[in-house]
Amino acid sequence: MALEQREVESPAEHAATHAGHPSPKEYVRIGVILGVLTALEIGASYAGVSGSILIPTLFVLALVKFALVVLWFMHLKFDDRRYARFFVMGLSGAAVLYLIVLISFRVFLT
Amino acid sequence: MADVAIAHGESHGTDHPETTTGLPHTKLAMWIFLASECMLFGALITTYVLYRGRGDPAQGPFPNDVFDIPYTSVSSFVLLASSLTMVLALSAAQERDAGRMRLWLLTTALLGMTFVGGQVYEFTAFYNEGLTLSKNLFSTTFYVLTGFHGVHVTVGVLMLLSLVGLSSARRLPEDPSFPIEMVGLYWHFVDIVWIVIFTVVYLIPTPSPGGPGGP
Repeated sequence: MALEQREVESPAEHAATHAGHPSPKEYVRIGVILGVLTALEIGASYAGVSGSILIPTLFVLALVKFALVVLWFMHLKFDDRRYARFFVMGLSGAAVLYLIVLISFRVFLT
Repeated sequence: MADVAIAHGESHGTDHPETTTGLPHTKLAMWIFLASECMLFGALITTYVLYRGRGDPAQGPFPNDVFDIPYTSVSSFVLLASSLTMVLALSAAQERDAGRMRLWLLTTALLGMTFVGGQVYEFTAFYNEGLTLSKNLFSTTFYVLTGFHGVHVTVGVLMLLSLVGLSSARRLPEDPSFPIEMVGLYWHFVDIVWIVIFTVVYLIPTPSPGGPGGP
């Protein structure tokens, strides 16, 4: 069935069923924030600061970008919480497992 | 919350599949698949970090010799921009604007192809500098990690082009937002994996084996 042939529900009515999802303007705003954060990351890597400051800064910036994409672009902030639970389960499982591997191999001591 | 999800599913008539959980099974399966992908990329990133700065100092080149951060930064901006165009495609699909939806999907696919093309160029440049797949621990872990990511982007581009083709042939469901959202979830996941790779592999300084800060 062609998109254009749909007459049962108007665009406005249909848009209402997706209420809660961000508007295109909000998406663009998030996109700009992501661009600025990436520029900050690149700037920080060229700033010549010591690793003890640079590495946590880069991780925090990456974490914020990660959260913005997952919560806004992937709609976890707006969708049913069960989706988030499944994703966080896999993500945290992977993080814990591989952190144990890295600690076991003393990666953080070298 | 489940009631809201059921109401959401009903509002789309037959576009959404049957559900026993109050959530569309396809979407739930996609999130579970993405959770499993966290394990896959977690393993690849961990392996890279594990061997970071290790190996025979005579078996170069190493990251500091080959990485071109400004070039990779542009690629990162391109992939981030593609995530934005993807959600704009979804937004257009939700408003039943097929023309705008196809335009944004095509833009997303083009940005994805630009990223993959950039990666092919980067790999070729590294190869010409002597960094073959089995040259050292860095090259093996780097190529496998970024190569797997590149394959995921390529698969995403194929899915996007398929959606454009299906939409042009008027073979998408009456409400196209559900398949667009599913492909979008995959596409954004590929983007968040790159956010981690860009930081861990490219931006965090890597000590050369035997050099200052190296093992």
